[in-house]
Amino acid sequence: MAVAVDVSRFENVSMAPPDPILGVSEAFKADTDATKLNLGVGAYRTEDLQPYVLKVVNKAEQLMLERGENKEYLPIEGLAAFNKATAELLLGADNPVIKNGQIATVQGLSGTGSLRLGAAFIARYFPGVKVLISSPTWGNHKNILSDAGVPWSEYRYFDPQTVGLDFKGMIEDIKAAPNGSVILLHGCAHNPTGIDPTPEQWEAIADVLEEKGHMPFFDVAYQGFASGSLDDDASSVRKFASRGFEMFVAQSYSKNLGLYAERIGAINVILPTADLAARVKSQLKRLARPMYSNPPVHGARIVANVVGDSVLFDEWRAEMQMMAGRIKGVRQKLYEALLSKDKSGKDWSFILKQIGMFSFTGLTKSQSDNMTDKWHVYMTKDGRISLAGLNLAKCDYLADAIIDSYYNVK
Amino acid sequence: MSTAAAPASSVPAGARSGWWEAVQPAARDPILGVTEAFLADSDPKKVNVGVGAYRNDEGKPVVLECVRKAEQIIAGKQNMEYLPMGGLVKFNDLSVKLAYGDTAPVLEEKRVAAVQTLSGTGACRLFADFQKRFKPDSRIYIPVPTWANHHNIWRDARVEAHTFRYYKPSTRGLDFEGLMEDLKKAPEGSFVLLHACAHNPTGVDPTADQWKEMSQLFKSNRLFPFFDMAYQGFASGDTVRDAQAIRIFMEDGHQLACAQSFAKNMGLYGQRVGCLSVVCDNSQQAVNVKSQLQQIARPMYSNPPLHGAQIVTTVLSDPELKEQWYKEVKVMADRIIGMREALKSNLEKLGSSLPWKHITEQIGMFCYSGLTEDQVDRLTKEFHIYMTRNGRISMAGVTTGNVEYLANAIHEVTK
Repeated sequence: MAVAVDVSRFENVSMAPPDPILGVSEAFKADTDATKLNLGVGAYRTEDLQPYVLKVVNKAEQLMLERGENKEYLPIEGLAAFNKATAELLLGADNPVIKNGQIATVQGLSGTGSLRLGAAFIARYFPGVKVLISSPTWGNHKNILSDAGVPWSEYRYFDPQTVGLDFKGMIEDIKAAPNGSVILLHGCAHNPTGIDPTPEQWEAIADVLEEKGHMPFFDVAYQGFASGSLDDDASSVRKFASRGFEMFVAQSYSKNLGLYAERIGAINVILPTADLAARVKSQLKRLARPMYSNPPVHGARIVANVVGDSVLFDEWRAEMQMMAGRIKGVRQKLYEALLSKDKSGKDWSFILKQIGMFSFTGLTKSQSDNMTDKWHVYMTKDGRISLAGLNLAKCDYLADAIIDSYYNVK
Repeated sequence: MSTAAAPASSVPAGARSGWWEAVQPAARDPILGVTEAFLADSDPKKVNVGVGAYRNDEGKPVVLECVRKAEQIIAGKQNMEYLPMGGLVKFNDLSVKLAYGDTAPVLEEKRVAAVQTLSGTGACRLFADFQKRFKPDSRIYIPVPTWANHHNIWRDARVEAHTFRYYKPSTRGLDFEGLMEDLKKAPEGSFVLLHACAHNPTGVDPTADQWKEMSQLFKSNRLFPFFDMAYQGFASGDTVRDAQAIRIFMEDGHQLACAQSFAKNMGLYGQRVGCLSVVCDNSQQAVNVKSQLQQIARPMYSNPPLHGAQIVTTVLSDPELKEQWYKEVKVMADRIIGMREALKSNLEKLGSSLPWKHITEQIGMFCYSGLTEDQVDRLTKEFHIYMTRNGRISMAGVTTGNVEYLANAIHEVTK
């Protein structure tokens, strides 16, 4: 017996705006123009602008298939072999923090999920403590902190004049924050600017954090992907750890192992004692359980297999160097194209100084719109382009688009 | 790169002291902690009837054949790209067809907002957060007892939770009068958590007539039905029969929501595959609701994991694999039904004076034995039998090899 349909409880739910980053790819797909270029989301592309599944990943999956492992639930904290491997990759296997058990590691849903666990922990255990994020930063950082109920504010970071780091502003703002705040730092290959502090600047940043009793929270999404070297890209985190900081570190294997879709990462907390590490880990688990119970096994097994086999590990390093190398190559070609086309004397060298997948072009929103509307170049409205989506063949075209947008659009 | 550093345990000067004072060691999760304790036990006779993960008659975990085949098909995939925030579209389509019926009018009219989730937990959590965001003053009504994590989920979503009577200890069956009484008192606009089939932890389900009566009450009192369906196919062996509660409510025109899990019925536990669906007024509203669910997912995990969703999609979209799946699910359900009969008859053979018919009247993976906490503790200490302290026995852990031992032990602690 059918009863008249009630009006839905959710009748006044409005349409959410498209995600500023993920929405770009959707718009790109809808564009039918042949010259279109997707420099939106940060997912690596080959020189043929195809997605790339690392060979070591296919090999690891093949091994897993042959072994026919079961699909049982992981513990809430994730795969033990993965957790061990990821902490060692981050800090180095012989790091005293690891040897002394002073680190709580919980497998998370890639970088996003790991950041969310950290943020939820901060909301619960450091109520009222503010997290400072760089201006600009990855757009989702604000959403994560807000949804976790953590107050946040910004520290200056990008200097539009130099298209480089506003180091003075950064230090001032971190000093001005109340003692005992949390400072969100990008371990390497800052997203969206590509601008990283120098080693000397990192030391100075550490000095200020120490002086103010702030806690660092590192977002490490590009270890190995930035310079091509896992160890070099972890140097900022290792420096802070060796100076005795207690800190959060979120890791992601989306880019460096190309495991985007499998959502594999970790939240690490470095603490003064092993006992504290055990307690913090247990509370991170209590936050994870009502979110998703236990993390997905597939990506974790891939990482554990790659890192746990010396042959696969070496192959991984080589593939990472290849990816980082290709990006350095397009940076160089883009820079040369801009130099040859723009005779005004503008300094485009920031393209070479920036590192990692992204370049902050300094283009404004309306200039970025011009890139899309006139040139079918898809990028985020903050002026960020993903070099992973650029190839040598398209550098000339992109240079034309950038020059037109920069000079002809206000 | 490392400099001569202060000992790692020292706190740098000027650092805020006592960051971690408030952090106590968390209590062990009542369900997952049981398996931890079981693994730590070295006694050869130990039995794990704790966590609800299916075991075959050798007590081993099972990967379904249809799943293994699906994995072969998707092997060597050249696509690791981020899924959309709402997950694999084809997966969502197949999931809702399974839940609502292939030709359900709401599906043809595109009135269902569906997103891929981190299994059943993730589906419940997304919905709880959505409820909080759009109906912040509404309540959730949760049955007593329920899966322990339900309370954690709605609590962490900061939704005001109330309970309604469900299980009647004296009959080890449904307290239908208590249920109706309690839900009649719920304010209009309240949300009610219902287990679609194979109630966890009791195994006690309403009859079709009782579901129909509840549906009428929900209509007249404007209560919102939220179905947690974690065992479709796994309860009776028949996916259509196991979804009957949802079908009954849909026939009555309810706009409900449903959390689906493929952990048990496809044995994909660790892959974390699930789907949250919300029935809406019309297709535009479904688009709106989906977009808002995605907004909640984005700062939690950005987009869901691919592998498990690909497996489900491959199985459900291939007629042969789907047939094979139906058969394999029935095998699992039948084995459990068989073990229920064996446990009951063993207890009767031992001369137990207590009633045990509830073992075969209850359905699904779990049996709510009626054992007290003290009796459960004795089972663990004296017999190395592991179960949750509410007396819930995971029948999936019972085998022809251990059912006598289990019956003996239960008899010992209850006589």
